[in-house]
Amino acid sequence: MAGPGTSGGGGGGGWRPLLVPLLMPTWLTIGIFLVLPVALMAVYSFLTKEFRGGVIWDFTLAAYDQFFVDRGLFGDEPPAIEWTYIAIFWRSIWQAGLATLFCLLVGFPTAWFIATRPASQRGVWLFLITIPYWVNLLIRTVSLKFLIRDNGPLNEGLMALGVLDAPVTLVNTNLAVQLGLFYSYLPFMVLPIYAAVERYNFALSEAAADLYASRWVTLREIVIPVVKPGIVAGCILVFVPSLGAFLAPDLLGGAKTFMIGSLIEEQFKGSLGNWPFGAAASMILMTLVLCALMVYARSASQAAGQGAAR
Amino acid sequence: MAAVQDAVDIRNVTKRYGSFTALDGVSLGIADNEFFTLLGPSGCGKTTLLRMIAGFEEITQGEIRLFGDPIAGRDPNHRPVNTVFQHYALFPHMTVRDNVAFGLKMKGMDAASRRARAERMLEMVHLSAFADRMPAQLSGGQQQRVALARALAPEPRVLLLDEPLSALDLKLRQAMRVELKQLQEETGITFIFVTHDQEEALTMSDRIAVMSAGQVQQIGTAREIYEAPVNRFVADFIGETNLIEVEVTRVDGDRAEVVLPGGHRLTCPSASRTGGRHALSIRPERMSVVAEAGADMLAVVERVVYLGTDLQLMVRLEGGAEFHVRLQNSARIAVPEPGARIGLRIEDGAARLLAD
Ligand SMILES: Nc1ncnc2c1ncn2[C@@H]1O[C@H](COP(=O)(O)OP(=O)(O)OP(=O)(O)O)[C@@H](O)[C@H]1O
Ligand SMILES: [Mg+2]
Repeated sequence: MAGPGTSGGGGGGGWRPLLVPLLMPTWLTIGIFLVLPVALMAVYSFLTKEFRGGVIWDFTLAAYDQFFVDRGLFGDEPPAIEWTYIAIFWRSIWQAGLATLFCLLVGFPTAWFIATRPASQRGVWLFLITIPYWVNLLIRTVSLKFLIRDNGPLNEGLMALGVLDAPVTLVNTNLAVQLGLFYSYLPFMVLPIYAAVERYNFALSEAAADLYASRWVTLREIVIPVVKPGIVAGCILVFVPSLGAFLAPDLLGGAKTFMIGSLIEEQFKGSLGNWPFGAAASMILMTLVLCALMVYARSASQAAGQGAAR
Repeated sequence: MAAVQDAVDIRNVTKRYGSFTALDGVSLGIADNEFFTLLGPSGCGKTTLLRMIAGFEEITQGEIRLFGDPIAGRDPNHRPVNTVFQHYALFPHMTVRDNVAFGLKMKGMDAASRRARAERMLEMVHLSAFADRMPAQLSGGQQQRVALARALAPEPRVLLLDEPLSALDLKLRQAMRVELKQLQEETGITFIFVTHDQEEALTMSDRIAVMSAGQVQQIGTAREIYEAPVNRFVADFIGETNLIEVEVTRVDGDRAEVVLPGGHRLTCPSASRTGGRHALSIRPERMSVVAEAGADMLAVVERVVYLGTDLQLMVRLEGGAEFHVRLQNSARIAVPEPGARIGLRIEDGAARLLAD
């Protein structure tokens, strides 16, 4: 087949016919585990709900209407904006953003610390970071609740030491949810930043110091911009699952800390659920996240193209 | 000469890493406006010394002064010294122009002036057209020149260069040698240049310090080091030489009389003050082939290697020592055949007795 007529390019080997079979696993994986479920959700969000869970194949916008439009308790009032779910979304974004920030503040120095240890020790530190993740997330979250409840070891210990007079209530507060999210997703921040810092060429820091930059300026002008892909990856990896998390808010928070994840989860649970509504909420969440990522990617590629302007 | 202050004054500096001594009592004075080269084989401590001047490495013992000021304890960003790093260390997220302007920005120069100065520096290294590129979009030689422009832009009083040419190909390396030397003369900045390439050192430097195993072996001009090496190491490391063991019969100040293989006596310059057996260094190109009658040494030709401009004769001396002779290739010389017996004559002053 590889005759004189073969179009130019690489070394002209016979790999071209193999392209499709070789890419098959990738396509299948993406198709079955990504495209199909999302497409299913998209379709479900336009169907009619069945009362004991499930759907009826009648296309309708009812789910989105329920999310955005308020027609009163009996559906007979003039339509107004429904704030309930938007408020839950807003609170979730805020919570997830805060958790991401905390993870970054703790994760960056941690990653830096590990990446600057001698190569022989790094494995041990990384191992220590990942050990808790060998235990199921549910168990860990319950354990955390046990630790911080009013008569748990934390409060009792602090009271025994005389630091506290009365237990501090943490369970069912925003703080507890934050703690849960932070604890759940910290490694997702540490690992990508670690990978970036490990590749960082420390001669760049020396060059900056040589050119009269202080340590702080070197961090701001050289280190952070160079390891930024790792930071961004870490933030995405923490923010996105935090946004959809339901274990930490369910177990550690209360009604006041209700988040999107719990809202969606409830729609698919038991006979009280509403599959199309859960699907619609998922789609809205996904659209939001995708838009945010696209805006970021846009601004990042623009910034890369105009460094000289500074 | 007396009162002129050295730009860099290195006094008895020692550097230890744990129990390993990387530098052992190094003392050097580098004059202002000088192109000074640290030359030595890999691992001899050149980079370590440079890094101590720049402030990246602590001094274990001794003192370094910059224009009379002791600099111990001053951070790198507070020293009037800039470095061209071996692998350039250009900031990958900044354009060429921003790289060059970085030091100026840190010194607090306003945006318009630093832009103008960055342009001027880029012009000097012939890279004006590349100001808006990112470092990754440049060739090795271009990156090297950006690193140079970046280090020169803040007008340091001393520029440190750590093997800046080692990653370039031969042609470019030769061109850059000339450019670097010109740049140093134009700017009047003191250059301290590190290399393990003796040709590089010989062609560019005002003075060279030859280092080995953490110690300075000899300091001098290219000519002094090439023609009057003080010891075996320097003679062997710089250029090509023949080292033969000889018996010293008389020492008279800086001259000595020695017995050559074959029994002839020769009086030559000496770095050694003692009698006994010492190494005699004779450069292969400072020999001529003569009739046996007027010869200093007799030898048998083993191989003749044609090198274009030169001919190399590999011969064996009376007594069995191997010896190289280099002759300029010209139509007038008769090329000896392998196996022929020839006489060798040592040019006046070409042989030198070494201290060990
Ligand atoms: N951080 C360090 N810890 C221990 N030993 C070191 C350290 N840095 C350098 N050395 C040792 O000190 C010696 C001198 O190193 P240096 O980098 O100064 O050599 P160099 O002359 O620059 O060599 P090259 O031409 O290969 O760059 C070497 O033997 C090296 O192994
Ligand atoms: Mg070195």
